[in-house]
Amino acid sequence: MRYACLIYFDPKKVFDKSPEGEAVLRDSMDPNSELRTSGHVVSEGPLQLPEQAVTLQVRDGKTSTTDGPFMETKEMLGGFVIVEARDLNEAVRIGAMIPLARLGSVEVRPFVDFTKPRPVL
Amino acid sequence: MSLDATRDALEAVYRGETRRVLATLIRLLGGFDAAEEALHEAVAAAAEQWPREGVPTNPYAWLVSTGRFKTLDRRRRHARFQGLVPELSALADAEQEPTTRDGEAIEDDELRLIFTCCHPALAPDARVALTLREVGGLTTEEIARAYLVPAPTIAQRIVRAKAKIRDEAIPYEVPSRAELPARIESALAVVYLIFNEGYAATAGPSLTREDLSAEAIRLGRRVVELTGDPEALGLLALMLLHDARRGTRVDAAGDLVLLENQDRSRWDRAQVAEAQRVIERALASRRVGPYLLQAAIAGVHAEAPSARETDWVQVVALYDVLRRVDPSPVVALNRAAAVSMRDGPEAGLVAIEAALGEGGLDAYYLAHAARADMQRRLGRTDAARDSYERALALTRQPAERRFLETRRAELVLPEKPRRPSTMD
Repeated sequence: MRYACLIYFDPKKVFDKSPEGEAVLRDSMDPNSELRTSGHVVSEGPLQLPEQAVTLQVRDGKTSTTDGPFMETKEMLGGFVIVEARDLNEAVRIGAMIPLARLGSVEVRPFVDFTKPRPVL
Repeated sequence: MSLDATRDALEAVYRGETRRVLATLIRLLGGFDAAEEALHEAVAAAAEQWPREGVPTNPYAWLVSTGRFKTLDRRRRHARFQGLVPELSALADAEQEPTTRDGEAIEDDELRLIFTCCHPALAPDARVALTLREVGGLTTEEIARAYLVPAPTIAQRIVRAKAKIRDEAIPYEVPSRAELPARIESALAVVYLIFNEGYAATAGPSLTREDLSAEAIRLGRRVVELTGDPEALGLLALMLLHDARRGTRVDAAGDLVLLENQDRSRWDRAQVAEAQRVIERALASRRVGPYLLQAAIAGVHAEAPSARETDWVQVVALYDVLRRVDPSPVVALNRAAAVSMRDGPEAGLVAIEAALGEGGLDAYYLAHAARADMQRRLGRTDAARDSYERALALTRQPAERRFLETRRAELVLPEKPRRPSTMD
């Protein structure tokens, strides 16, 4: 099964030049990290800050765009790691290897299996 | 070896060996997380190497040493940055230990895993989830589907249980001789809980529920193989006997069918015979516990051609022994029901009233349903109706409610003229 580990953090805590922030950023770049050598990582997507983003919508065939998002919340989506795992608990264990989990939080979401029934709301 | 054959061999090994490999790796590496990672690496290495080089003669030892070596290697590389030297020396010590395929050491690891997952310090639902995943090899999602709860709920139960094992330093060990009976009891309770979930619940798609019962029987067999404990044998026999009449417990409409009305020709005779052999083996040990007694009672039912031709004298006698070993209100109630079959509804009602009088059954719908049944058979219609009302107020399970409602409705029918048919 594939899972997305969505990494949320407060940039002020990560880029404040504190020893904790620096350690997390250094570990995040380590090509020989436990996470990267585990054999579970399918792909990863470290993301620039939301200020660099454009949000688009298509309504009635027309595309409109805005800057941002500039969210009120302190934690923002800062990147993701796609992992291959036996089950949700294994994905959680792998997600715990993501260095940014020490300063922010990691949401582990299973990929959709299109052969399964759709969710009933 | 052809590619397909290797893949099949890998698959067979995966099913057969990985739980044992995991059990040993937890001991060698000192934790669930490290062991799971090592197992993952070992299986990945096997998937790569075995198709080329063939399946090793001892897959268990290959997987254990590969998993351990890869973990050691990775930690060594890691330690250069982190300075984790003490942990490494512990690992190096573990490396000295030989890994052989000859029985006892591996079986001890399996028992360590079972006893840790079923540790009394863990909450019962955590024991169930952990046992199904770590011992049974089910995925979090499969467990969640079987229990009809969201996967994150199960995932968190497992994460918290493992944190508790780590934080409270619950030892990874086979309990001492003095502790063993109580700890086996705790493990058997987990297995029976899993079985009952698959057996008693009728909500949800039936297939996944049967999977749970089958898994419980598989776990029960393994505990028997590993311990030979008479109560483990008793539980296995009890599960086999219940499972043998699974298909006859509920009719096509999903309604409950009482034991006396079940189609005995459809009971799984081979499974009943196996259960009887297991009971005999357990009885030979001369240590009789509650599971074995329940199995013996179920065994008497299983060999009777009909409810009337059941050896009720023996059933009541077995319940008398069971009450001494396990003086629970439910046992008293079941004994009372057997008394009614042996001596008639009058004596049955007296026994049920006595059981209710001892307390602990007031909120148990079956107690009131049983009393209602006696009162109905004795023609005490008003009292029976009151008892059915009490029972109905205590259950929300649809099949159980339909059964009680049908019985209650029959009371309203005029007593005279009597219907010629005895069908009810």
